[in-house]
Amino acid sequence: MAYSTQPIKLIHLIFGSSAFALLLLLTLGTVLVLWLNADIKATLSSSDWSIIRFTVSQAIVSATISVLIAIPTARALFFRNFKGRKFILTIMGAPFILPTIVAILGIIAVWGRSGYISEFISNFNINPLNIYGFTGVVLAHVFFNIPLATRFIVQGWAAIPIEHFRLSAQLGINTSGISQHIERPMLKSVIPGIFLIIFLLCISSFAVALALGGGPKATTIELAIYQSLRFDFNFAKAAQLGIIQFSLCAILGIMTVLFSKPVQFSSGLDIKIERWDRTHFRYLLFDIFILTFVCLFLFLPLLSIFIRGIIPIFSLPNTVWIAAFNSILVAIVSSIISIGMAISMSGLIVRVSHKFPITSQTIEIVSFLTLAASPFIIGTGLFILIFPYISPFTIALPITALVNAAMALPFALRMILPAMARAEKNYGKLADSLGMTKFSRFRIAIWPRLRRPVGFSAGLAAALSMGDLGVITLFAPVDVATLPLIMYRLMSSYQISAASGVALLLVSLSILLFWVFDRGGQLEHNIR
Amino acid sequence: MNKFINFAAGFLLASVTTASADDLPKLTIYTYDSFVSDWGPGPAIKKAFEKTCNCELNLVGAGDGAALLSRLQLEGMRTQADIALGLDTNLTARAASTGLFANHNNSLKNLNLPIDWSDDLFIPYDWGYFAFIYDNIKVKNPPKSFQELIMMPDDFKIVIQDPRSSTPGLGLLLWVKEAYPDRAAEIWEGLAPKILTVTAGWSEAYGMFTEGEADMVLSYTTSPAYHIIAENDETKSAANFDEGHYMQIEVAAKLASSKNPVLADKFLEFMTSNDFQSIIPTTNWMYPAVLAKNGLPDGFEKLISPSKSLLIPSDKAENVRSEALSEWLTALSQ
Amino acid sequence: MSITLDNIKLSHGAFNLTANLKIESAKKIAIIGPSGGGKSTLLSTISGFKSPDQGKVFINGNDVTLTSPSERPVALLFQDHNLFPHLSVKKNVSLGINTSLNLTETELDIVNKALSRVGLKNYDNKMPFELSGGEQQRVALARCLLRKKPVLCLDEPFAALGPAMKKEMLSLVKEIVESTNATLLMVTHQPEDALHISDETILVSGGIANIPENTSELFSDPPPELIKYLGA
Repeated sequence: MAYSTQPIKLIHLIFGSSAFALLLLLTLGTVLVLWLNADIKATLSSSDWSIIRFTVSQAIVSATISVLIAIPTARALFFRNFKGRKFILTIMGAPFILPTIVAILGIIAVWGRSGYISEFISNFNINPLNIYGFTGVVLAHVFFNIPLATRFIVQGWAAIPIEHFRLSAQLGINTSGISQHIERPMLKSVIPGIFLIIFLLCISSFAVALALGGGPKATTIELAIYQSLRFDFNFAKAAQLGIIQFSLCAILGIMTVLFSKPVQFSSGLDIKIERWDRTHFRYLLFDIFILTFVCLFLFLPLLSIFIRGIIPIFSLPNTVWIAAFNSILVAIVSSIISIGMAISMSGLIVRVSHKFPITSQTIEIVSFLTLAASPFIIGTGLFILIFPYISPFTIALPITALVNAAMALPFALRMILPAMARAEKNYGKLADSLGMTKFSRFRIAIWPRLRRPVGFSAGLAAALSMGDLGVITLFAPVDVATLPLIMYRLMSSYQISAASGVALLLVSLSILLFWVFDRGGQLEHNIR
Repeated sequence: MNKFINFAAGFLLASVTTASADDLPKLTIYTYDSFVSDWGPGPAIKKAFEKTCNCELNLVGAGDGAALLSRLQLEGMRTQADIALGLDTNLTARAASTGLFANHNNSLKNLNLPIDWSDDLFIPYDWGYFAFIYDNIKVKNPPKSFQELIMMPDDFKIVIQDPRSSTPGLGLLLWVKEAYPDRAAEIWEGLAPKILTVTAGWSEAYGMFTEGEADMVLSYTTSPAYHIIAENDETKSAANFDEGHYMQIEVAAKLASSKNPVLADKFLEFMTSNDFQSIIPTTNWMYPAVLAKNGLPDGFEKLISPSKSLLIPSDKAENVRSEALSEWLTALSQ
Repeated sequence: MSITLDNIKLSHGAFNLTANLKIESAKKIAIIGPSGGGKSTLLSTISGFKSPDQGKVFINGNDVTLTSPSERPVALLFQDHNLFPHLSVKKNVSLGINTSLNLTETELDIVNKALSRVGLKNYDNKMPFELSGGEQQRVALARCLLRKKPVLCLDEPFAALGPAMKKEMLSLVKEIVESTNATLLMVTHQPEDALHISDETILVSGGIANIPENTSELFSDPPPELIKYLGA
């Protein structure tokens, strides 16, 4: 992968390698800290084993259900043309922008013991639903991952040449034939990757287990780490669990890198494909059913947040606004760090790749591996690392910004690196021949090609950070909070109305931040 | 202990320090969330103490009682807290061993507790009995023992608190262990299917109960007093258990790292005074550690009295705790 | 078989196509014109992938306007992606006989003969990715042969091939079409392709499909739109 013939200059080395070093410190460094602190030899108790079992089994079940629902959803979305299709596809493309805790509140409003559905079925003398525990955790994970899985599969459909559909129509291949010759081979190539990514996301999702887990029976490894640190003051236990969690994630992460194709977050999939089978009424009925079901499943909780939050949002206490300010600050700083690291690393990778292809590939793979390090593990490692020197609570917000930046890095890198490589390839020589150097070379020749991916990934990073409820729970001092944390506290004290107000504010701010950054990347330039 | 809180955004945020006149010394107290809520004792206590102390009282909610101790351990000598308020006898030995707390100079002689009290570090401010609270309209035949609770129908659900973060949760753990020293694990296995969920703190659990998510919640025999007195609602009752009820004695202590030791002592003195104690029954909904001059308010006479009072001495509680905790974790994680 | 497009009108966004023409049976027709002019749309209309907003399509005198692609007597060969990548050459060709892929001995024999005919004897167990672009198109052509459709449509099928290979393929197509008496419609950008293979040429430009004209006459005396397209 020779990107360019550019010489490696000191500036690239300094920025690139310090970004890389920071990443290594955050990922492998924190794991090393855990390893040194963990009582590795200590045997796992039966309750530890049941925590591991729960973590893995909920992830398998969540990933399986998400994929199973996504398959028919993607098919219907891809082939049916209806009003709102574009909107649904857009929403499906941006699942990360919705803060986890907001979605959880919505899910409780719909599926909780006193939610809409329980209320409805109580008319038929059916016991109310119990959302706490395994069911609730799986339900929330399925909610988050149906859009992701659907998006992946629609991408799979879109990658199939239209000729294959026409060929099938000509040859008179029927619906089951199409499923055999077109859909199944496509699914076979995309499903393993989707499954692994969802599996990984579910294994390391903290907020869902925190809010919907129901005691020791429904505790994930990350929740157990949180409890060891915050309730038991037991660093060795937290570190031991941290090592287990990291091993799980690392194995899955490596498998994901090996088996999955990159997600495309931004490109539109608004291609209209005609199909000449599936004209039968029963297929239409089925497609209508699945789309209605999925839309209700996804949009009802969000709608409930809007309905419940629209009035309280105007009477939120000052403390919420202070937290909102904290959150925005953390999100912006986190986004800047993330983009700064991604650009620095891309600059180095693009140059190193020419002379030392293996080194650059290693850098690339290790950077993507951050996906495998859960933010919680990084947070736990940092907590134990800095505890002897300064109170972890005094630097809650900077740490949160830093960890969130590391989490957004793989996404940013995946978008910025190819753009920079292309810019160097297409315009690098031209810039050199015109005698551009240093910053003006970057500003005039390279930056305009990076603006779009930088804007998009900065928006994504900011939104991710805005909605994060992970590291902050470990570090939050009693007198500082972020919006998701305040929302969680309100929820746990059953102030549903205030929590809904905060939820609406939080989701609006996330979308706004994303939009501002993304637009910023698109302004004033006419690049096709 | 009033935990009838919940409902004000205020408490969360009791956290965010209000701007203060710079010249006044500030006394910071870490306590449990419900204590600082608008409905809890916090506002009245703050007002009463600030009237005499020429200082600013900063009450900070730091989770539930047990999480409070862990929080202090994590902050260590760097903590801003001058006083920790809201630990109980089940935690005092563990708390004492951290070395974070300083001796008090209170004579303790006007205390009016069901047990004798002599502790150099911790001073009690209220007490009560743990009990399960139910709605006597919905539940006609409440269980009268742990055994009966186990035998309740499948859809009868209770909410309890995590013994690692919450003092009621820990109290229940020791209640079961004290009532059934050899059969605790078995009792927990029986209770497991009845438990809707385990919350981190008392507020969460009680909120779930009042919202109708659960049939019974672990709280105090004094909890119905809140509904009777504050809401004129007699539908909430405490289930009287044949095994007896475990007692909680809530305490406070000064941190060794306090930068305002004199002011801290002054607060601890105030804590056993009539001003503080008379606020407790109708805000924290517990029995005061020193009976106020005018006695208990009307409504408290309607509360149940346990047939037998259980309490593991604080020096033994820590050992019992670790064994009982692993039994609990094992039973509930299956 | 003859093909009649009776007052066809079709629009898709800003794009329009009108066609009112007749193609005689067993003629070889080239379709030429600028990109985006509607050449592929014309083929799609005849093969049934696009239905006209108004007008009717007749093949051999039968109204096929509402007939599905598989029911029409038309085989269409695309520029690319004519083969399923996960099926072997043999299976890809077999689809032309039976889409369930359960072939009898005799049917397999027919498949092998078709492969020989296009010069790919013993290629039956290869996978598409092992073949060159020209070979892949031959496999697809073999399948068209099997299907015995009286109308063969080629949508720039050899555009990606080198000159020698393309000439070879055109000759093969010509030979096959003549021996089966089929009607051929072929979209192309190259006048020499049209001259090499076709009797008549349809010029599609500015959203209008003109009536077929004798190819050599058309190119010797081109109308203004064709001159503009050819650039000379």
